Amino acid sequence: MSLCLEARQLACEREGRWLFEGLDLVVRSGEILRVEGPNGSGKTTLLKLLAGQLSDYHGELFWKGVPFGKVREQFVANLLYLGHSPGIKAGLSPLENLAWYQALCGERGSEAQRLSALEQVGLEGFEDVPAGQLSAGQQRRVALARLTLTRRALWVLDEPFTAIDRQGVAALEAQLAAHAAAGGSVVVTTHHALSASSAVRCIQLG
Amino acid sequence: MTQGQKATPAIAETARPGGLWIAFTATLKRDMTLMFRRRGELINPLVFFALVITLFPIGISPEREVLALIAPGLLWVAALLAALLSLDSLFRTDYDDGSLEQMLLAPQPLAALGLAKVVAHWLLTGLPLALVAPLLGVMLALPAGSYGVLVLALLLGSASLSLMGAIGAALTVGIARGGVLLSLLILPLYIPVLIFGVGAVQAAIIGEGVAAHLAMLGALLAASLLLAPWAIAASLRISING
Repeated sequence: MSLCLEARQLACEREGRWLFEGLDLVVRSGEILRVEGPNGSGKTTLLKLLAGQLSDYHGELFWKGVPFGKVREQFVANLLYLGHSPGIKAGLSPLENLAWYQALCGERGSEAQRLSALEQVGLEGFEDVPAGQLSAGQQRRVALARLTLTRRALWVLDEPFTAIDRQGVAALEAQLAAHAAAGGSVVVTTHHALSASSAVRCIQLG
Repeated sequence: MTQGQKATPAIAETARPGGLWIAFTATLKRDMTLMFRRRGELINPLVFFALVITLFPIGISPEREVLALIAPGLLWVAALLAALLSLDSLFRTDYDDGSLEQMLLAPQPLAALGLAKVVAHWLLTGLPLALVAPLLGVMLALPAGSYGVLVLALLLGSASLSLMGAIGAALTVGIARGGVLLSLLILPLYIPVLIFGVGAVQAAIIGEGVAAHLAMLGALLAASLLLAPWAIAASLRISING
């Protein structure tokens, strides 16, 4: 199996300033790519570009060698993107939030699956509490439960460690490494120092 | 690098996911659940509708003849404005908490997901407005014989209003105070619905055939059902990418 996300001569301009220019990168199966850079250096923009969300950029993006425009459907079917905002509805419980995300992927899923995913991110006992009453870290964990629940090859994660406690960070790091080891790919931004054990490639912005 | 590692093929590639119906019903159910949990916002359009209709007899004249003359127009204008007021929040909360972004990245047609949201909105706004309209019609001394037509016209019309309004809501979702802009964008589209809606009720009052007016409302609804979902999807893409 060969997943391959490739960018050639990628450039993006915001308010008359080039965030990055002439960026070439390739992410293959089994790789973790870490995007580094100071605040405002365009990490989030780059991740949104790689997730196929933005259209105002220069350069080319390829999914398995085919330009993005032609494979959008296959691409999003293999993508799991977690952005700055966790995408969790305050009015719904964690279980209901996850059920909707499963349904978006066309799966009914089962309550048992969702419960075990929530348990893995340390939210047992909070399944039916409205997400609005959970802390920022717990809400982030609900979003991270999607990593276990929805099997996707490519993970694009924007600051996934935000508001997560130390044990959570270690668990998430292990999960990223396991995903890469199983043949998946990860693109991640973080200011947190990833432990050296996992094979991580870095690119520097700004 | 773990690339060379022969791992179990745990991460299978996803081909073409189906389940459009599952996604559609789940989105519909989710939106209705959310709206039911914010009851205050849910009854806002109805309260607005009732308040406007209550104030007019006091402000103009309590005479039955005068009221009967203006009742169809008043009911329609008040219902239209009530529907318009509720539209601003249609996509805003999803935009704020990031779930709109996720909808755009879902392996489902965005038009279908947008349509599910509009249907939820209509079921909890347009439908109740159409159902309470006869009650408020009594307050305006709406002549007997036109109540059924009023409900039918409002049912057809409010569905078109929700669909067209959602295009404006999708276009203005990225703007902090998009409410006024939304009204300006959408009102021109609402005028045909208003004209034929009021026309149907007036025709029923003077005993003329209402079929032509209702057929026009039906045609408007059919056209919006066909075109609005795509326009909503395109507008959401513009709003998010901008």
